[in-house]
Amino acid sequence: MDLYEYQARDLFAAHDVPVLPGKTVETAEEAKAAAAEIGTAVVVKAQVKVGGRGKAGGVKLASTPDEAAEKATDILGLDIKGHIVHRVLVAQASDIAEEYYFSFLLDRSNRTFLAMASAEGGVEIEQLAVERPDALARIPIDAIAGVDRAKAAEIVAAAKYPAVVAEEAADVIVKLWETFVSEDATLVEVNPLVRDPQDRVIALDGKVTLDENAGFRHPEHAALVDERAENPLEAKAKAKGLNYVKLDDGQVGIIGNGAGLVMSTLDVVAYAGEKHGGVKPANFLDIGGGASAQVMADGLDVILGDPDVKSVFVNVFGGITACDAVANGIVEALGILGDAATKPLVVRLDGNNVVEGRKILDDANHPLVTQVDTMDNAADKAAELAAAGA
Amino acid sequence: MSIFLNENSKVIVQGITGGEGTKHSTKMLAAGTNIVGGVNARKAGTTVEIGGKTLPVFGTVEEAMKETGADVSVAFVPPKFTKDAVIEAIDAEIPLLVIITEGVPVHDSAYFWAHAVAKGNKTRIIGPNCPGIISPGKSNAGIIPADIAGPGKIGLVSKSGTLTYQMMYELREIGFSTAIGIGGDPVIGTTHIDALEAFEADPETAAIVMIGEIGGDAEERAAAYIQANVTKPVVGYVAGFTAPEGKTMGHAGAIVSGSAGTAQAKKEALEAAGVKVGKTPSETADLMREIVKGL
Repeated sequence: MDLYEYQARDLFAAHDVPVLPGKTVETAEEAKAAAAEIGTAVVVKAQVKVGGRGKAGGVKLASTPDEAAEKATDILGLDIKGHIVHRVLVAQASDIAEEYYFSFLLDRSNRTFLAMASAEGGVEIEQLAVERPDALARIPIDAIAGVDRAKAAEIVAAAKYPAVVAEEAADVIVKLWETFVSEDATLVEVNPLVRDPQDRVIALDGKVTLDENAGFRHPEHAALVDERAENPLEAKAKAKGLNYVKLDDGQVGIIGNGAGLVMSTLDVVAYAGEKHGGVKPANFLDIGGGASAQVMADGLDVILGDPDVKSVFVNVFGGITACDAVANGIVEALGILGDAATKPLVVRLDGNNVVEGRKILDDANHPLVTQVDTMDNAADKAAELAAAGA
Repeated sequence: MSIFLNENSKVIVQGITGGEGTKHSTKMLAAGTNIVGGVNARKAGTTVEIGGKTLPVFGTVEEAMKETGADVSVAFVPPKFTKDAVIEAIDAEIPLLVIITEGVPVHDSAYFWAHAVAKGNKTRIIGPNCPGIISPGKSNAGIIPADIAGPGKIGLVSKSGTLTYQMMYELREIGFSTAIGIGGDPVIGTTHIDALEAFEADPETAAIVMIGEIGGDAEERAAAYIQANVTKPVVGYVAGFTAPEGKTMGHAGAIVSGSAGTAQAKKEALEAAGVKVGKTPSETADLMREIVKGL
């Protein structure tokens, strides 16, 4: 789960990482009050989970509370790359002497963690990494040893942070590591990490990604989910415990078992769609190993609730799950949904108990259901039906 | 032969008394796996009846190995307890550990991997979040259905469980020396490269199918490895061409960030290494059939 800047800032503050005073608000009135409370010039920053806020007019300086209200009015409601701004962070404007870059992240290739640090901050770090890789230090972190004061000093030296901030930067890095580990983050990025004219080190902007698998030891993380920003279909699926992702510009609803098979199904449908007016998959939905009738009904309910969907492709390989159980699930699901089920279903069953499964669907003879034997042909049929229904 | 797992493997199950542990132990036994016991600290000294067999339950992996000569452990332990269970198995120096558990926090996986490395990598880890490994007709350690395909000369390594099943089904008339699901998590033990190296050395394996998916650079690294080290024919498949950037597709590792880890980049890397890459699972199976015909 990616956090908003203000949520990252709150986590930093909770772990004693120095941040500037600030408040997150949702109206111009509140922005004015927040600026008055801070008592200095402030920066009003759009809270969206997308880069390039500054260029899009989402970050503005205000020298008085009235001006803060004005800027907040400008920014609230702004559409930044498809993300509507519902909140702004009103933070003390800082005098910046220098900007640096710092992050801890997961290094998949080496199966450990990595610190990345540069004395050049505030820039697009991906660009820096490509154009001047020498300017970005990469220091592997042992997952067991972690980052103590000595390791932090090593990182500071590799990053070539100036001597005047070396001590304080090392302190901040140790605290960022504590944040990274104790919050089960897969990314903690500070860009920029700044030196102010008094040579203090401050985390001015932050990005944090949390590991949802670690939710069992962080019940408090659930409150960080922004339900308003979630796609309503995704929210509905999540409430039913389904692993669903809505895709843009698609017409073929997809249900399958197993993440890899479903990803593969999306691809096969997209290829098939090329021959049928360019129809595309509308979603990812993995119903997992035990596809009971209720899970199938829940899945179909979410997919049929998507107005973009014109046909549905159910692609199941019976491994642990038997095809007859899946077929019963489909028949029962259509029974549960009744008249709510209106779009054609193409079903491909293979594997464990496939003969019994196909017979159950044949016998049920539901007018919306077409069975096709292979994944490729079924994808083609689903694409054809979606094109006809569009 | 086969790789990593054979008819002499003696298997214990960590979490044998849990729901999943019991269910899949029954299936493994039915597939001919030599399960010699289980581990559950709270039920040490008792026995369990599984598939008509009475199996001893031990308090630790070390004790189970000492009493039974076990050399493989399959872990069906809830995510909360997986880190400790894995560290226990590593400390006991069991030669092969298969971690089926889905949803293990990545800080835990990184921690136990670092522990395995510090202990000299005496334990081969497969997973977590994987279906396990099967050497058809010999032994099955995990949840891959044993009746999909029998023994044969293809070696299969895959990030995805259901695509493993799908590919085994498509190529069931040829059969498999060993099929391994290595798991789709960001941090895993056995990699594509480890499996490729073992298949290359295995006289019973004549050709290899490698299934990858979006995220990370494991496929690109495997491609470089194949080019330098693998003489047997390799056929590849990559899932996730249509996955959008920045969204997790079920597997914790299946996420595209920026231009890195795309299916297209992986396909190109594999093709540049001389691997034939199928557009769909069936096309991939066709490519393999052609190769086997020519062997």
